[in-house]
Amino acid sequence: MSEKTYFVKEDLKKFSNISKWQEEMGKKFFDYYGEVFKEGALTQREKALIALAVSHAVQCPYCIDAYTNTCMEKGVEETEMMEAVHVAAAIKSGATLVYGVQMMNHAEKISM
Amino acid sequence: MAIKQKAKSLKSKGSNLNDTFFQLKILSGKDKAEGKFQAFTERLDELNEFPLVPSDVEIFQLNIGKLCNQTCAHCHVDAGPDRKEENMDKATLEKCLAIIKEVDTIHTVDITGGAPEMNAHFKWFVEECSKLGKKVIDRCNLTIIEANAKYNTLPDFFKENRVHLISSLPYFSEKKTDAQRGDGVFNASIDALKRLNGVGYGMEGSGLILDLVYNPSGAYLPDSQESLQALFKRKLKTKYDISFNNLYAITNLPISRFLDYLLQTNNYEEYMEKLVNAFNPMTIDGLMCRNTLSVSWDGYIYDCDFNQMLDLKVATKKSQHLDDFDIETLKGRKVVLNQHCYGCTAGAGSSCGGEIT
Repeated sequence: MSEKTYFVKEDLKKFSNISKWQEEMGKKFFDYYGEVFKEGALTQREKALIALAVSHAVQCPYCIDAYTNTCMEKGVEETEMMEAVHVAAAIKSGATLVYGVQMMNHAEKISM
Repeated sequence: MAIKQKAKSLKSKGSNLNDTFFQLKILSGKDKAEGKFQAFTERLDELNEFPLVPSDVEIFQLNIGKLCNQTCAHCHVDAGPDRKEENMDKATLEKCLAIIKEVDTIHTVDITGGAPEMNAHFKWFVEECSKLGKKVIDRCNLTIIEANAKYNTLPDFFKENRVHLISSLPYFSEKKTDAQRGDGVFNASIDALKRLNGVGYGMEGSGLILDLVYNPSGAYLPDSQESLQALFKRKLKTKYDISFNNLYAITNLPISRFLDYLLQTNNYEEYMEKLVNAFNPMTIDGLMCRNTLSVSWDGYIYDCDFNQMLDLKVATKKSQHLDDFDIETLKGRKVVLNQHCYGCTAGAGSSCGGEIT
């Protein structure tokens, strides 16, 4: 086990171990996860791209590796993958910037 | 248009991997010894499927030469323009023809290479097989059709002999295709596909079958054949107005140049782990080694083209060569297995005909 970093790549393979300490909730989570990623109103390819974007937004290195793999397996083009990351980045930066309005409101309120 | 090769053959590079014994040593190396990757034979034994035996001999696959106009980065044959010596001669092709004629159960002759069309006896052999009423498959790399004027008429030749074409196109864009197969390959492949569509190949109602082969451009597994086929059909139609029949999704096996790539990029262990973890017992019934014989340019007999490239001949006392071919001995053989076989049993399975399950 690496002592140099909190992120250990091999830990992703042990993800299912979370059920060892809470079996019922773990099982419900993995069943739910599997159900979510099945082909539905959205294709599995579309879901993989959404997952890739969200992985970046939540900055989960495990998820980024996993959904990069999935997207490549599903024949997703590199430009599509990068555009998905930009969508995540745009929402995150927008979410920061929109608070600029709150800042302006507050500044105006306390100004003469 | 000339193709600029991105890779060199292992042979011309003087790579250790040119020695098949060295490849087998890696496949059976410390990961297997330490139990990280269970022996493939043990895995089958647990399922009472070991030894693996053939169901019949229906497909006679000939690798008629390693000469090719391309040097693809993943090629399990280690083919290329420098492989001029290893090409099947007419006497060997005549021996194959006699067997194909004699063995009733063989319904399909599957011709591969290299670029099989570069063999001087290719057209003669296809015509003779067609006369026997056998289905003939040519594994055509597409770009050979565009390589020079003498090959430009191949589509008409294929049509006259009702040849079933199976052609590699790893992606519907230039960047990924050329990264795997050489600069200029994608555009030449598109030109060749248009030429084939032009004579009716891949067109509805023509009866001329043009199937494409997808294999991943890197250390990952293919997605489901059905979804990839839908994606390829949509992209090739809308971007290039190209039609084809079926897409075969094939897994890259960890041998030869693809093994070299895995080792060079430090992806070997992770890739093997993916294959081992994706083992699917449902693929065993449909493994191609169960109904196929694979013959090398010099007349030796193997369970499949991959075993051929690892020089793992059929495990029989006689009938390892065309010169003492005996169909009953071969039908009773035990298939030679090794760790690379995990490539054929991963996920939905992989064979020369694509997905298995």
